[in-house]
Amino acid sequence: MTTPDPRTELLPPYARALDMIITGLHNGAPLIEMPFANKVQGRPGFLHGGAISGLLEMAAVAAIQHALHERGDEATFKQVNVTIDFMRGGTPQTTYAVGEVTRLGRTMANVEARAWQDDPAKPITIAYLHYLLKRV
Amino acid sequence: MSTKTIAELAAEHGGFDPRIAISFMGKAGHGGFLGMDYVGHGEDWVELSIDWREDLVGDPNTGVLASAVVISLMDNATSMSIWTKLQEFRPQVTMDLRVDYLRPSPKGAKVYGRGYCYHLSHSIGFVRGIAHNGNLDEPLAHVSGTFIRVGDRLG
Repeated sequence: MTTPDPRTELLPPYARALDMIITGLHNGAPLIEMPFANKVQGRPGFLHGGAISGLLEMAAVAAIQHALHERGDEATFKQVNVTIDFMRGGTPQTTYAVGEVTRLGRTMANVEARAWQDDPAKPITIAYLHYLLKRV
Repeated sequence: MSTKTIAELAAEHGGFDPRIAISFMGKAGHGGFLGMDYVGHGEDWVELSIDWREDLVGDPNTGVLASAVVISLMDNATSMSIWTKLQEFRPQVTMDLRVDYLRPSPKGAKVYGRGYCYHLSHSIGFVRGIAHNGNLDEPLAHVSGTFIRVGDRLG
């Protein structure tokens, strides 16, 4: 198990309940790890697609927070939708995920979040998420 | 937890029964963690629910559920709608899902997910669904997706 980054404290209860931790930065965005456990298992021996989706959602949120902070932007954001491609079955091992903010505009953000296990070049699942940005 | 597979249970009961399937799918693994319950079903739909819980919250400031809770709920409800329409269990995996969040699921509210299978081809199950808080006419999310059969195919 890798040492958690202090940013792990910022993860919401849902992420903490599934033992997700932030371990550092990967390509300039927070890297999140989720250990395999019965509570994230779907069909026997495989991760539940919803648990992988949860990991991707947390990676996407962490990526936006990081990107907004980087440009000194205090906007808040709300998820509008998500499209998820399940490409490979998740096996009983640690899963990694990172979000890439492909566009951070004035009113919306596009994020692509990827999850992998053995090899970052072989994603098991990719999520494409849209967020509405709000400023007071 | 039962050690029987869904296929074995379906064979014992002369077909796929979502009420029986959820009685163990809702207790094992991720479904058990979320506490998924059976609500109802028809020829081509299955409705499940998850109670609001503090540890399922995605935004501690508002108490709103993590949106992935809705994804897990709709993944299971739509997946089971295919077996219900088929009247038997066939192994399948989720190819993709899209979720549009019309509004958040408020703090304390039980979330319901009704999944429909609207078309079956040889290999693909086409599904859609609605998540709500007790009134189908007040949806909180719309879902669409596809499942691909693995192993034996229809036809």
